[in-house]
Amino acid sequence: MDFQLSEERQMLKDTLERFVREKYDIDTRHKAAKMEGGFDPEMWSEFAELGAIGALIPAEAGGFGGSGEDLMVVFEALGRGLVTEPFLATGVLGATALIEAGREEMLEEVIGGGLHLALAHTEPDSRFEMAQVATKAEAGKITGRKAVVLNGGTADKLVVSARSSGAVDDEAGIGLYLVDANGPGVEKRAYATVEGGHAAEFVFDGAQGEALTGEADGFAVLEKTLGRGVLALCAEAVGAMEICKDLTVDYLKTRKQFGVPLGKFQALAHRMVQVVIAIEQARSLTMLAAGMMDAPRAARERALSAAKNMVGRVGRQVAEETIQMHGGIAMTWEYSAPHFAKRLIMIDHLLGDEDFHLGRFMNLEDAA
Amino acid sequence: MDFNYTAKEEAFREEVRSYLHEALPESLTEKVRKNLRMTAEDLRLWHKILNDRGWLAWHWPEEHGGTGWSPVQAHIFDEEIVYAHAPRIIPFGVNMLGPCIIKFGTPEQKAHYLPKILSSEHWWCQGYSEPGSGSDLASLKTTAELDGDEWVINGQKTWTTLGHIADHIFVLARTNKDVKAQEGISFFLVPMDQPGIEVRPIITLDGEHEVNEVFLTDVRIPKENIVGEVDKGWTVAKYLLMYERTGIAGVAFSKLAMDGLKKTAERLKQNGRPMSEDPFFAARMGRIEVDLMAMEIFNLRTVSAAAGGSAGGVESSMLKIKGTEIRQEITDLARRVYGPHALPFVPESFDEGWNEDDPMGPEGAMIPASKYFNMRKVSIYGGSNEIQRNIISKMGLGL
Repeated sequence: MDFQLSEERQMLKDTLERFVREKYDIDTRHKAAKMEGGFDPEMWSEFAELGAIGALIPAEAGGFGGSGEDLMVVFEALGRGLVTEPFLATGVLGATALIEAGREEMLEEVIGGGLHLALAHTEPDSRFEMAQVATKAEAGKITGRKAVVLNGGTADKLVVSARSSGAVDDEAGIGLYLVDANGPGVEKRAYATVEGGHAAEFVFDGAQGEALTGEADGFAVLEKTLGRGVLALCAEAVGAMEICKDLTVDYLKTRKQFGVPLGKFQALAHRMVQVVIAIEQARSLTMLAAGMMDAPRAARERALSAAKNMVGRVGRQVAEETIQMHGGIAMTWEYSAPHFAKRLIMIDHLLGDEDFHLGRFMNLEDAA
Repeated sequence: MDFNYTAKEEAFREEVRSYLHEALPESLTEKVRKNLRMTAEDLRLWHKILNDRGWLAWHWPEEHGGTGWSPVQAHIFDEEIVYAHAPRIIPFGVNMLGPCIIKFGTPEQKAHYLPKILSSEHWWCQGYSEPGSGSDLASLKTTAELDGDEWVINGQKTWTTLGHIADHIFVLARTNKDVKAQEGISFFLVPMDQPGIEVRPIITLDGEHEVNEVFLTDVRIPKENIVGEVDKGWTVAKYLLMYERTGIAGVAFSKLAMDGLKKTAERLKQNGRPMSEDPFFAARMGRIEVDLMAMEIFNLRTVSAAAGGSAGGVESSMLKIKGTEIRQEITDLARRVYGPHALPFVPESFDEGWNEDDPMGPEGAMIPASKYFNMRKVSIYGGSNEIQRNIISKMGLGL
């Protein structure tokens, strides 16, 4: 049993965390979020040079990482800075299908920061259900609608889930297709999200798709893709929680009312302790999920769902307590803490919320 | 990161498991399984089984009969005794007093007391809390005065767990009233078979007798029955309270209880469907299971850090809080799952051999409500969860 990171991963963690701490303060983040597409292309290049994108891609596919632990380390560091560059969309949700399909030449561009990807999977009616795909694929032509495609507005290529057979929620019959985001038959509407990210709605009308999977193995790749996404979100949340904790503890020590620091009031100190314990719980399950990424599907999904459920619950607790314990200052745009709180709340709206994952966790009980 | 045990650790687990399997009589495991009352003989037998193998005082230094186990081995041992449905180890002698005597005792005290703790010749209980001194232990009022070669002790102790089956009690008493509360306390070793000691039962809210009041009236003990220096007993007392107790999270207890709860939920039906399929009940169970899964990893992280030499600071307080919350949550569901059948209360049914020819309600229905009430104690004893939060906020967060 060993919960320490390997020396290499510890270095990666230290490098990224230092970069985020020194180069990515809240003003930098707001500036990036306001740019067209919701991120700063120069910052993205800097991250690429640091190796942060390559750390998400396995060596077999030309990267130098790609394991559950790598994802955890990278995304926790990103969460600490509320980094808005499209790591999740490009490096995880977009890249996984390319990794599985062995598209090394494209991945090389991804690792270098030159190629942007997005996963077009969620549909207007599918909510969090993984297998619900109404978008059709017929002879390589894609037709249908996709919703809340993260960083879809700036993506060069889209990985689109589309059905060539079966009922609307069958696991079989789903394939993943590579589609030129700016090609004919693709219509998009890009927008900012409430917590400072970017996404887009897509309408495909006979758009040309290149098959990355068959219709028999498409779902397996999709499941793996979304699983890696869940882990990335959990780790990002843990990073954001740590910052919320540090900022709040600091505030409780320095802000005085009635002549004493706020932290002297047990009503606040005890709640802060509850928050700290809850964060350890969230971190523990995120670590477990990272360690289970190569386990058989049922065991992997069970660990991921446990983690995402916990992160959903703890995320809300941390977000709300951060705002409440700070008081008025945390209601301002200017202060950093509330932006972390917003991200924590909205992470529960991505790739399955706490209820969805509790349900999946319970259904997987017997299988695991 | 590696979540697996080494082959050596797995072999150790097998060794513990097979010894317990062979040495633990069914008469004991049945009682634990069914939550029946333990007798003093049961507990002594259990201690003897462990002592025969040299495992009772596993955390003592090897020269005094300990094992030299790593934190991971200790964790495995803790798990296995729970999974074997063994009774709990009664901590007062072996886990509390023993380490204090080893740390602060004279050579004579070590030679005299330690072997008798191991052999169960001495059965200890704890004289700490008083009616006016709970969380604020240092405010205690029991006094000890030197009269020639003897200490004379007067006062009242309370919440004395298993005091009615103990023959010795360690007592904190005030030996100096003119200094700060913590600085005038001493730690005494008191045989209970003497005039002036009276043990009165306290019946707890579940109707059971586990704890007692102990009255000490002009109790005389030899001058040498003191651990550590006069007036320095607080140091000993704190050492005892801070003594690293592995298994404080109670993960194994909770896992076993959760397994039992799930089986019960599959067995009991409402409107023809098992309670495990009731969406509201299932969601309650699922959430606790996720909590428990997280705490198991959190606990292992702490064990592993201890094995790597990083001294646990506030982690044990954090585990105490979360662990007791989860244990209490499970007892809440264990009572709920029986619905109306949790109401009947027949205290005799908690004794071995009670004839349940004509049981009321489903099997096992009479235990969980009592158990739920009993388990309210875990967030109160061992330093209440509020005290633990004070410790974490001060020592861990610097608030």
